[in-house]
Amino acid sequence: MSVSRRGFIKLLGAGTACLGLSKLGIDLGPAQAYAAGLKIEGSKESISICPFCSCGCNTLVHVKDGKIINIEGDPDYPISAGGLCAKGAALRSLHVSPNRITKPKYRAPGSAKWVEKDWDWMLDKIARKVKDQRDKDFVLKNEAGLEVNRLESVFSLGSSQMSNEECSVAHQSLRSLGIVHMDHQARV
Amino acid sequence: MTQHYTDIANADAVLIMGSNAAEHHPISFRWVLKAKEAGATVIHVDPKFSRTSARSNYHVPLRSGTDIAFLGGMCKYILEKKLFFSEYVLNYTNASFLVGEKYTFKDGLFSGFDAAKKKYDKAAWAFEKDEKGMVKRDKTLQHPRCAINLLKAHYERYNLDLVSQVTGVSKENLLKVYDSFAATGKPNKAGTMLYALGWTQHTVGVQNIRLAGIIQLLLGNFGVAGGGINALRGEPNVQGSTDHALLYGYMPGYHNVPISTWKTLEEYQKANTPVTVDPMSVNWWSNRPKYIVSLLKGWFGDNASAENGFCYNLVPKLDPGMDCSHLFIFDRMYQGKIKGGFLFGHNPCQSFPNSNKVRKAWDKLDWLVVGEVFHNESTDNFKRPGADPKKCKTEIFLLPSAYRAEKEGTISNSGRWHMWHYKAIDPIGQARSMGDMFTEIMNRVRALYVKEGGALPDQVLKHQMLEKFNAEEVTRRINGYFTRDTKIGDKQYKKGQLVPGFANLQTDGSTSSLCWVYCGGYTDAEGNLAKRRDLTQTPMQAKIHLYPKFAWAWPMNRRVLYNRASVDMNGNPYNPEKAVIAWQDGKWVGDVPDGPAPPMAMKGGKYPFIMCTEGHGQLYGPGREDGPFPEHYEPAETPLTTNPFSAQMSNPCMKKATTEMDVLCANGDPRFPIVLTTYCMTEHWCSGSETRNGPALLEAEPQQYVEMSPQLAAEKGIKNGDFVVVESLRGKCEAVAMVTVRIKPFQIMGKTVHLVGMPFAFGWTKPKCGDAVNRLTTSVGDPNTTIPEYKACLVNLKKIAKATEL
Repeated sequence: MSVSRRGFIKLLGAGTACLGLSKLGIDLGPAQAYAAGLKIEGSKESISICPFCSCGCNTLVHVKDGKIINIEGDPDYPISAGGLCAKGAALRSLHVSPNRITKPKYRAPGSAKWVEKDWDWMLDKIARKVKDQRDKDFVLKNEAGLEVNRLESVFSLGSSQMSNEECSVAHQSLRSLGIVHMDHQARV
Repeated sequence: MTQHYTDIANADAVLIMGSNAAEHHPISFRWVLKAKEAGATVIHVDPKFSRTSARSNYHVPLRSGTDIAFLGGMCKYILEKKLFFSEYVLNYTNASFLVGEKYTFKDGLFSGFDAAKKKYDKAAWAFEKDEKGMVKRDKTLQHPRCAINLLKAHYERYNLDLVSQVTGVSKENLLKVYDSFAATGKPNKAGTMLYALGWTQHTVGVQNIRLAGIIQLLLGNFGVAGGGINALRGEPNVQGSTDHALLYGYMPGYHNVPISTWKTLEEYQKANTPVTVDPMSVNWWSNRPKYIVSLLKGWFGDNASAENGFCYNLVPKLDPGMDCSHLFIFDRMYQGKIKGGFLFGHNPCQSFPNSNKVRKAWDKLDWLVVGEVFHNESTDNFKRPGADPKKCKTEIFLLPSAYRAEKEGTISNSGRWHMWHYKAIDPIGQARSMGDMFTEIMNRVRALYVKEGGALPDQVLKHQMLEKFNAEEVTRRINGYFTRDTKIGDKQYKKGQLVPGFANLQTDGSTSSLCWVYCGGYTDAEGNLAKRRDLTQTPMQAKIHLYPKFAWAWPMNRRVLYNRASVDMNGNPYNPEKAVIAWQDGKWVGDVPDGPAPPMAMKGGKYPFIMCTEGHGQLYGPGREDGPFPEHYEPAETPLTTNPFSAQMSNPCMKKATTEMDVLCANGDPRFPIVLTTYCMTEHWCSGSETRNGPALLEAEPQQYVEMSPQLAAEKGIKNGDFVVVESLRGKCEAVAMVTVRIKPFQIMGKTVHLVGMPFAFGWTKPKCGDAVNRLTTSVGDPNTTIPEYKACLVNLKKIAKATEL
């Protein structure tokens, strides 16, 4: 039988995990099991990955009543064996932070303020900006008269925060616009 | 990484240089400590004492920007004392290759240098070939132009005295490191090198790593368990985002972007496909045409055919030598040539060097689209301290981005492990994934082109794109499909089947793959291998901490690259106790070998370095922009007035930004006598734009500080906790003085040189926390990568009574 470390701990049950303390004559097992169970009881567990350095520590995300109630290291990830650094340990606080940007926002020229807008308004405006800029500045041939089919006046920066799939779509999208000024954190 | 994280535990010596692994990749350090517990010597070479140093057997401080001097001394030591692994060096490296007569090195410059263009003609460095095109070799290693003899001659100058004078490392410490690391030059010993941005962020960054590679080749440390060159990469998916080439010069899978002089696909393929006449060299890049055609099929679908060059002409082309990296994006933005753009999960107004320039350049944009999780110094640059929002014309579209647990997909860790993460919850508020953002923007741009036409609409419209982002389907497209019924050998594949591995990709358009290195990661038989969670191992794999069934690694689930160099010419492991692969009963066991060919001495055997054209590890490497051997040059800003190694002060090919704000001090400028180095922190990630929103993290590390030695503090009349201002020729930055013995003054060429260190995580959007250290740093870059020199510039500092930023 192949048992993962996490499965092994589950098999043992929380009662035996407190063997050390019971030597002191106090059996904290049931109380601890109850306390540990309380936090994530009834939650849905998903495997995610820490979004900071490239150790790629797998995490367990617990969601209950539509809220993230806990994020911890995944003991089955061979590299971390459930460990997380200070940043990884703070992941829940970042996911649920009141500082998160939750709505599309627009800043008009010369304005000191952000104004909330809906997605359709934003996306239509962006598409129009991109197309107008591309149509205005597109370069079919370089000074030597050779075909280049590129757009030099629009850039893209980032992102190593994207998944591989997002990177793939981003790369294809940018090349499909002729963009050549593209770069990301691999260079900084 | 040539290896992966858990492999570090197999090392007999761990050299951590250009990295502070314990603080910046804390989990990686578990495996360093496992190695140490098993008896390995752990060495930390770094300007300042850190928690990595504390857990190492010894810490050796060196002046920032002198790694090549340090490693050049090690190279000389290994060669002189004959500490190299001679069988490995002779058979697996290009030690015996003859270099052509045009190669010379004189007073800091290699042959072929064009002083006006600041560029080398690499033809001057070519190997000597016979009439059939085979590289000439002298296996007796007697010929003076054998690569190893040129190597020896090159590092002749790197004696202990000079290296000590330049690096500031005592001779005793130099010998300590050289001896303990060179001890891994035995067949059954392995040494690993761990590095990070402390090596890359220099004007000689690539050559720092080249020299590390040369040493690892000499010691026979590639391919073996516990060996290799291991970049601890800084960003969550910077491995994957590099594989998928969010970089101006590449297409996904490490292919050059087309340039204007490669007018057709045929010309592109010819220019980019290396050729060898040696039948024992696998020369893997000879397969490039298959990967290019499969990529174009993946992009353009049925629109791509052999008749139209698979739509090659619709891929934008650069001009030869055109650099569109960060450094020059901001140059052109500053000059008003760049009008608008996209920014996704990146904070350059804080994290890019000479940020006063970057921030001014940013003001000049007409429009900007940002995908972000939190506001940061780049989203809100228009209202930075001292700026008048009325004067900033930029229209900004700020899109709320989903955070990691709110989306699914794969990321690739530094060890190339391709791993799936699941969506635990819907994105907060109206946030969307960046995949959704790109897809939605493109849907609308494409609709406009269909309706209105415009500039070269085919470039926009011929691409085959998903109308709704679907990570699972993109993973399959990255792996690749058969585009029609195809027979390969005696196997029949149906249209729409997944390609079982990149060896099956074709040049005729019958296959697609959006990134060949990932081909084989999603199969019809086993599904999405990035989701695997199986920890089972064979006893052989267990010995070297290899988990071949956990997730999947590119290429083809190979966990240790160049593993054919871990066995002798008959396939017997050099270290049987920690074998990576072994030839048993006519087949390979262990890790996935670097190709199925039998051992090198047998019929059909192949050389181990399959990605090198001639199949050998390159002691002499004629491919880089700045020379076939690494040479010590001073940083662009240096406290010295002469380079003791040659008349060439700084890297002759280094890249420089060009505006009036891109100023550099004179060598040894008395106004700025102190070396500044910059770094990350455990509690904040990179520019800090995310982690400064974590209350516990901000409480743990709340403010900009500058670490300095007690001697410098005494000279300047500064006490621990005083406010100081640190100044360079480009800007000022306030900080709290942290007076600490972690930093020591260096004795360089007979004089005292002070070094200070500052983290770069603090920015103005969090009040009283300080602002960008990068206002001090220089806009110069490595000639191969254009990675800027964050790690060494010149500053001065003084105590101030009152701070405004803190």
